[in-house]
Amino acid sequence: MIDKKDVEYAANLAQLKLDEEEKELYTEQIGKIIDYVDKLSELDTDNVVPTAYTVPMKNVLREDKVEDSLPREKSLANAPDKKDGHFRAPKIMSD
Amino acid sequence: MSKKYETVIGLEVHVQLSTESKIFCGCSTEFGKEPNVNTCPVCLGLPGTLPVLNKKVVDYAILAGQALNCDIAEYSKFDRKNYFYPDLPKAYQISQFDLPIAEDGNIEIETEEGIFNIGVHRVHLEEDAGKLIHEGSIDKSKGSLVDYNRTGVPLIEIVSEADMRSPAQARAYLTEIKLIMEYLDISDCNMEEGSLRCDANISLRPYGQEEFGTKAELKNMNSFSAVEKGLEYEVKRQREILEDGGRIVQETRTWDENLNKTISMRGKEEAHDYRYFPEPDLVPLEIDEAWKSKMREQLPELPRKKYKRFISEFGLPEYDAEVITGSREMAEFFERVLKDYDDPKNLSNWMMGEFLRLLNENNHNPFESGVSPEALAQMLIMIDEEIISGKIAKKVFEIMYNSGRNPEKIVKEEGLKQISDEDELENIVDNIIAENPDAVEDIKNGKDRAIGFLVGQVMKETRGKANPGMVNNMLRNKLMD
Repeated sequence: MIDKKDVEYAANLAQLKLDEEEKELYTEQIGKIIDYVDKLSELDTDNVVPTAYTVPMKNVLREDKVEDSLPREKSLANAPDKKDGHFRAPKIMSD
Repeated sequence: MSKKYETVIGLEVHVQLSTESKIFCGCSTEFGKEPNVNTCPVCLGLPGTLPVLNKKVVDYAILAGQALNCDIAEYSKFDRKNYFYPDLPKAYQISQFDLPIAEDGNIEIETEEGIFNIGVHRVHLEEDAGKLIHEGSIDKSKGSLVDYNRTGVPLIEIVSEADMRSPAQARAYLTEIKLIMEYLDISDCNMEEGSLRCDANISLRPYGQEEFGTKAELKNMNSFSAVEKGLEYEVKRQREILEDGGRIVQETRTWDENLNKTISMRGKEEAHDYRYFPEPDLVPLEIDEAWKSKMREQLPELPRKKYKRFISEFGLPEYDAEVITGSREMAEFFERVLKDYDDPKNLSNWMMGEFLRLLNENNHNPFESGVSPEALAQMLIMIDEEIISGKIAKKVFEIMYNSGRNPEKIVKEEGLKQISDEDELENIVDNIIAENPDAVEDIKNGKDRAIGFLVGQVMKETRGKANPGMVNNMLRNKLMD
C-alpha cells in the first residue's frame, strides 16, 4: 500500500507541484495500480531466473565509426532558449 | 599530529574512453569543438530514438577490468539513473546499477610508507553528461549555457574499496589507475580536459574501531595535487570536529583550489534518489570466454610488473625503474635501445637526465623526438668507446633531438670527435701547465684537487673534445710523484 507521503515524495522527485485534491486522487489511483500489479506475486517464481528483458536478444552492438551529426541549427531548432550555439537553461539553483 | 583517528578513503574515478564515436551513437567524441556540433537525436535524447552500444567501448572496459584484476561479468546490463540537471538531456543517465561489467579486483600501490593492496569494488560503463557554463557563479546566475558535445562520450567508473588510509595512498592509487589506463591505451587520462576525474569518500574512525565513521564526499579535485591537498584538508577538518566532541555531517563538499579548503555543498543539491531501473532501449550484454580471452591476449605488460622486471632483469635502482616505467613510451623506448646497447644503468641515466629534460621542455614523448632508439644506442656506444666525451655527447644529443640526424654524422660534420691523440694532447697539456703556475704550485704542495682545475682548463681549451681520462693521467705523470 502507498500513502500520501509516498505520492508527495515521488512528485517532488519528478518536480511536479500537486494540490491537495490531486494528491488524494493519485494516492488512490496509484494504490490501485500497485495492487493490480501485485497480483503477479501470486505466481510461483522460485525456479525462474530474474530478467529485466522480454525479448530474447543480446549483444546488439555497432562498430566504432563516426557518422554525421546533426547540423547545429537543427539540434537547436526546438530549444526554447539558446545563445551562442548553446542551449540556454534557466537558473539552476533555487534561492 | 594526533594519532587517535584512522583515515579511511575510497575513490571513484571516471575515465573517458578514447573511442572515435560516442557510446550509443555515431557522433564524434573529439574534444574542443564548437558547442553542440557533435550532437544528434540519440545523444540529445529526442523522442523515438534508440541507443546502440559501441563495441569498442565494451572491449576497452573488459581490458580495464582485466588489468585491475576484476572478474568480468558473463551477463551485464544497463540501467537508467534518473535525475534532473540541464547537463543531462534525457533527464536520466544510462549507467549500470546491479550488474556492472567488472567486479572485485585489486591493484598494488607503493608510497613512502610501503606497499599496499587496494581493492577495486567494481567497474561500470556509463555515458558522460554535457558541459554547463553558468552565467556568473552557479548560485547567482540567471541561466546556464549548455553544450552537449560531451554527452554520450563513453566513461568507465572505477570504484575502489574503502582501503586507503592516507591522502598519500589515495594519490598513489589514482596515479597507478592513470598509468594502467595509459598502458592499456584506452584513455587520454588528461585531468585538465576532464578525461580523468576523481571523487573521494573520506571518513575518520578511532583506531581499532571496525565500523566506518560518517563520511564526506569530496568533489572537484582537478589535479593529483588537488586530490592530496583536498583530502589532507578534510582529514584535519574532521579530526578537529571529532576532537572537540562534535559530529561529522554526511554531505558533499567541493575542493576550492583558490581558498585552499573544502566547502559544503549542503542545501545546494537535492536529496538524491536515482530510482534506477533497467534500460528498456538496450539489450543485455553477454561476454563469453572467447571474448574475454581475446581481450586478455591484448593486455600489455602492466606498469607494476614492468617496474619490478626492470629492477630484477636490468638491475635498475627503484627510482630509475619508477621514472622509466612512469610512462609507457619511455619504457618501450628504453627496451628498444637495449636491443643494441647493453648498459641499462648508463642508459637510464641518459634517459632521466638530458632526454627527459628535453622531452619535458618540448612536451614530447620519446617517439616524438628526433632521437630514434637505434641512434641513442649508437651515441652511447660512441661514449663508451671514447670517440666522444660525455660532455660533447650532450651537445650531440641535443642536435640529434632537434634534427633527427645520426650521431656519427653529427660528430664527423661538426668536428666533435674526442682528441685522443697522444702528441696533440700533450701539446695542449703543456700549454695549460705553462699558463697556470699557481695551480701547478698547489699540486706540488700536495693539493691534489688542483688537478681537476687543470683538467677543466684543458677541456675548456678543446671545447670539451679532449679525452678527460688521458688528460688526467698526463697531468699526474707530469706534475706528481
